[in-house]
Amino acid sequence: MTLSANALELPGRLDGISLTLRPGELTAIVGPNGAGKSSLLACLAGLLDGGEVRLDGMALDEAHPHDRAKAIGFLPQTPEVAWDVTVETLVALGRLPWPGAPGGAAIEAAIAAMDLEHLRVRRVSRLSGGERARALLARVLAGEPSWLLADEPLANLDLAHAAALMGKLRKQAREGRGVVVVLHDLAAAMNHADRVVVLADGGIAADGTPAEAMTPDLIGAVWKVRARWLGEPGAKALSI
Amino acid sequence: MTRLNMTLVLLIVLAVPLSLLAGQVWINPFDLAVPNARSILFELRLPRAVLALAVGSGLGAAGAAMQGYLRNPLADPGLFGIAPCAALGAVLSLWTGYAVSAWILPLFALAGAAIGMLLLSLIAGRNGGVATFTLAGMMLASLAGALMSLAISLAPSPFALSEIVTWLMGAVADRSWNEAWIAVPGALLGIIALRLAGRGLDALLLGNAVARSLGINLSRLQALLVIGVGLTVGSGVAVAGIIGFVGLVVPHLVRPLTDRRPSSLIVPSALAGALLLLIADCLCRVVPLAGSELRLGIALSLIGAPFFLALLLRMRRGTSADGGWA
Repeated sequence: MTLSANALELPGRLDGISLTLRPGELTAIVGPNGAGKSSLLACLAGLLDGGEVRLDGMALDEAHPHDRAKAIGFLPQTPEVAWDVTVETLVALGRLPWPGAPGGAAIEAAIAAMDLEHLRVRRVSRLSGGERARALLARVLAGEPSWLLADEPLANLDLAHAAALMGKLRKQAREGRGVVVVLHDLAAAMNHADRVVVLADGGIAADGTPAEAMTPDLIGAVWKVRARWLGEPGAKALSI
Repeated sequence: MTRLNMTLVLLIVLAVPLSLLAGQVWINPFDLAVPNARSILFELRLPRAVLALAVGSGLGAAGAAMQGYLRNPLADPGLFGIAPCAALGAVLSLWTGYAVSAWILPLFALAGAAIGMLLLSLIAGRNGGVATFTLAGMMLASLAGALMSLAISLAPSPFALSEIVTWLMGAVADRSWNEAWIAVPGALLGIIALRLAGRGLDALLLGNAVARSLGINLSRLQALLVIGVGLTVGSGVAVAGIIGFVGLVVPHLVRPLTDRRPSSLIVPSALAGALLLLIADCLCRVVPLAGSELRLGIALSLIGAPFFLALLLRMRRGTSADGGWA
């Protein structure tokens, strides 16, 4: 089930972006502030109307909202949880696109995938940043979507939690899901993504494997910094 | 049925007979020798109890839904402006003198609520924005309040002025089965509409964008809320006047006993609202007050205002307003 965008246009944000995303891959969308990363992700999730987005050939805006919600799970940039629910209740909200369908197994699987078994009755306000990020991701997984779209899921996470979360996202891709994440951490994209799309000024500046897309020259042109990669593949760091 | 709902139903089942017996004239259930005991029970106190249950349940459910929709523990059914519009309709019926007929005042109030619902939908538009919707409701509430003040200041007679002011205080005293026939269907249908909005309210717990990504149609959710709040609050105001704080206080009391999802809160809030209003009305009847009895709206405001203040103080200290949120 591919997810493709054709000439997405949003005045001041996206300028004719076309791309096709494949399941089983972890795709990172990177770029400087204001490049259009979140807008692109929102268009791919069907939440912004910037043009034609197709899910396995079917136009997303013609799909029933429930069908779209079943296929695409979305984690926003600043996830809010208005009431102090438990982790288990939060994760169960991911089953909302499936009214009437039994969801116990999916909820349990999502809790297990994010290592939240011991936290299931803990209230969200009592979670650490890393635990909260995992709980929010488990909410998306409980809906069993074919596509998982996450906007800066590593924000506010320390190194260890960020690496652990990227590992879990990568595992989801290995299990067949399409995973698309907006990242600011270029090293995380380099070490964990299968594919990197670099955005600049609302357009695609580079698209390919991490090593192909994030060359020092391109980083210099897009981010206006002199940078070079250090270390071994899979454990690279960016020196600026 | 959850354990909480069963407990609340049981408490209501216990409270209703007590409410029938309590009052300035106490009735011994084993000795109906009190003059007119049958009339007092079936013509005065039973419709009054039914009204208290219907109005309280509607306000409780509407409060829970409003707090869920606005994701704000300080939200109240009055914020949508439907209650003030219904009250304005009732005030106009008293002002013009049409209210001498038993059905006219509630009909005016229901018409006011319907116009309020229509205006709210038209002003807020179809985009489903919570902020626009709330501001439209506040504008309506402000306008209706100003028009009520104008009606009071231009009251055609001291009698009309007294009638308006007394009615606005809110009460279920001196009502008949006529009012019950308006309040009960209004509350039931309204609670059903609010319950149907439950899934959408649960999704909104995670914000507008996530709710949409979960397949929730925010315009439909808004329409269900307007209908639900309109029916519950509109019919409540039509038969009992303005009764504040139930919609604010009851969801707070109930929330810690649930899993805190808005959908889990609507039915228990309806039951707890019914119970609270029934007990408060009983207290109004038995508290000695020279020449009259305490008005229900005043009694609930006297209880609700300190509660609201305590809530604000807890929030200022950074403690949870929803019973645990830091």
